[in-house]
Amino acid sequence: MIGQITPLTGYLLVAALLFSIGLAGALTRRNAILVLIGIELMLNAANLNLIAFWRYGPHPELLTGMIFAIFSIAVAAAEAAVGLGLVIQIHRHARTTDLDAINRMKG
Amino acid sequence: MSLIFYLLAALTVAGALAAMLLKNTVHCALALTVAFAGLALLFLNLDAQFAGFAQILVYIGAVAILVVFAILLTRGSETPQGGVFSRSWLAGLTAAAAVFAVFAWAVAASAPRLPRAAAPATAATPASTVSPAPAVTVEQIGRALTGRYVLPLEIVAVLLTVALIGAVIVAMHEKVEAK
Amino acid sequence: MIARPLIETSDQVFVLLKEWLVGFLPASWQPAAGVVLCVAAIVGLFPVLFALTTVLERKGLGRIQNRIGPNRVGPLGLLQPLADGIKSLTKEDIVPASADRVVHFLAPLVLVVAVFMGFAVVPMGRNMVLVDVDAGLLFYFAMGTSTELAIFMAGWSSRNKYSLLGAMRAVAQMISYEVALLLSSVVVVMMAGSLSLTKIVAAQNQYTWGLPHWYIFTPWGLAGFLMYAIATTAETNRSPFDLPEGESELVAGYHTEYSGFKFALFFLGEYLAMFSISGLGATLFLGGWSAPFSFLTWIPSWIWFFSKLMLSIFVFIWLRGTLPRLRQDQLMNFAWKFVLPMTLLNLLVAALWRFLGEGWERWVFCTVILVVAYVVMGRMEMRREHFGPRSYRYAE
Repeated sequence: MIGQITPLTGYLLVAALLFSIGLAGALTRRNAILVLIGIELMLNAANLNLIAFWRYGPHPELLTGMIFAIFSIAVAAAEAAVGLGLVIQIHRHARTTDLDAINRMKG
Repeated sequence: MSLIFYLLAALTVAGALAAMLLKNTVHCALALTVAFAGLALLFLNLDAQFAGFAQILVYIGAVAILVVFAILLTRGSETPQGGVFSRSWLAGLTAAAAVFAVFAWAVAASAPRLPRAAAPATAATPASTVSPAPAVTVEQIGRALTGRYVLPLEIVAVLLTVALIGAVIVAMHEKVEAK
Repeated sequence: MIARPLIETSDQVFVLLKEWLVGFLPASWQPAAGVVLCVAAIVGLFPVLFALTTVLERKGLGRIQNRIGPNRVGPLGLLQPLADGIKSLTKEDIVPASADRVVHFLAPLVLVVAVFMGFAVVPMGRNMVLVDVDAGLLFYFAMGTSTELAIFMAGWSSRNKYSLLGAMRAVAQMISYEVALLLSSVVVVMMAGSLSLTKIVAAQNQYTWGLPHWYIFTPWGLAGFLMYAIATTAETNRSPFDLPEGESELVAGYHTEYSGFKFALFFLGEYLAMFSISGLGATLFLGGWSAPFSFLTWIPSWIWFFSKLMLSIFVFIWLRGTLPRLRQDQLMNFAWKFVLPMTLLNLLVAALWRFLGEGWERWVFCTVILVVAYVVMGRMEMRREHFGPRSYRYAE
């Protein structure tokens, strides 16, 4: 099993590693913006998976993987914009972006 | 599994680790930019030219700058009191490690059953069955976007407009009432 | 004719030189060696051009302002860049004590690297492009947006209010005009049918009755070129859009705390960005390396490219000496409320041009639509602003 390291396996492992690093960061950091950075890393890891499977998959001429990744990039950018807008507005209200301090619904 | 792949993978993972571990938030954002650049180079290594350049243009040119502006507007560049990791950091780390273990097991266990095209050229499978790099031109992407994938294209256009208007409204100052 | 081989040789002289030099190496090293040689040529040529431009700018500005400009070093002051270079190399490199040392060091490097990468896809003559990427224009703009991050790094790492303000203003301005820049280039992509810069030049390299098919000679091309010119002046932080580095406002903006060689790198980066974006403008709208008249094609293609480049630089210097500076809100207003709608309208007009087919109708319709839109939007923008009592909004 270990001897079967193909290029595709390498890319998938890197993507899995990036995903877990992003997840770890999103779950453990206090600053809301760093949580969003972790989420962006997770989305990028998924993009890497898509492109790797497109390249080494059965039908690369259909371009499905590449188009999926391009749409994913666009949607991730939009989501980052809205998420950061929310963080800025929360900061205006609560004077902090520390997630351990904003953990109550009482305004 | 060439040297270039190892170097780029190391760069990307190092950037991601730095982005999640550094104390200063702006340094984290800059390390994230390094991770994005590493990913764009990995895309180029996979012969996905358009996706690689779009990654640089959108992520480094727009999302990274957005993150940095948000950090500056929320006073994130000042050193935080009370540590940068939350109280429940061990649980988060364990969960992420478990997720990585599951993924790595899934990838390693399915390695023998990957499609023929992904296997490196060995004596049993001559090099002719390894898929050559697909020659993708921008024209093909354009035709695919306006042909087979026109519905997702239109939906993403609507989504981007909604996100644009929504982000502006969410982040707008409330009207100051006349004192 | 006997002159034919001479014309072709002089046109391809650099390509032939490169092949001759590379021929000395074994065959497996030749592609890499060719690329390295071309990169060395670019890295060697454009800083020399930068040095020449600095002295031309100072003398040109001087003449516009009714004075002579530098005239002490060398004949007519033309060796001034040598003196400037020696000065910048020997000055003490001062880094503020509270500055972020790593980011402060990396910022000029990131800027210069990103700017040099842009030169890789611009065709400087027939067969004289470093890499013929299929998505060449996208690569160029991707490198262009990387420069914004370098400017932010410079401004933030100096821990200085002036630097930070200058950097924020510069990044906001560059992002706004980036959209206008991309959209005014997209119209060229639409009509040429490709993102590859060599194909765009090839599409313009045809002649009817001796006149070329340059895109600037069409209504939508002229409108696109004017908006591209405005956007490039803003992208490279040149007057009249140079508020981020205005000496009278912000000391020196984001490069306040840089001295000696790092400042020279910023200066180099700014001028090289000007060169590469002018080169791109020449490629997109002015036909790249093609000659203006069909009877002038005997002049080598690279001479035409560099002439167009220097003409654009001359216009930049002229604008700097003539126009007053725009305020930040004025220039953002201009970008989002005037230039952006005009670029979108230009796209529609270009599509109309294509679908109306050959003939005089398309010239008339397209010109009329563009002129009417320009006048209407201009009038809307020029309504007198009503200044009420000042309202202050403090930082929270």
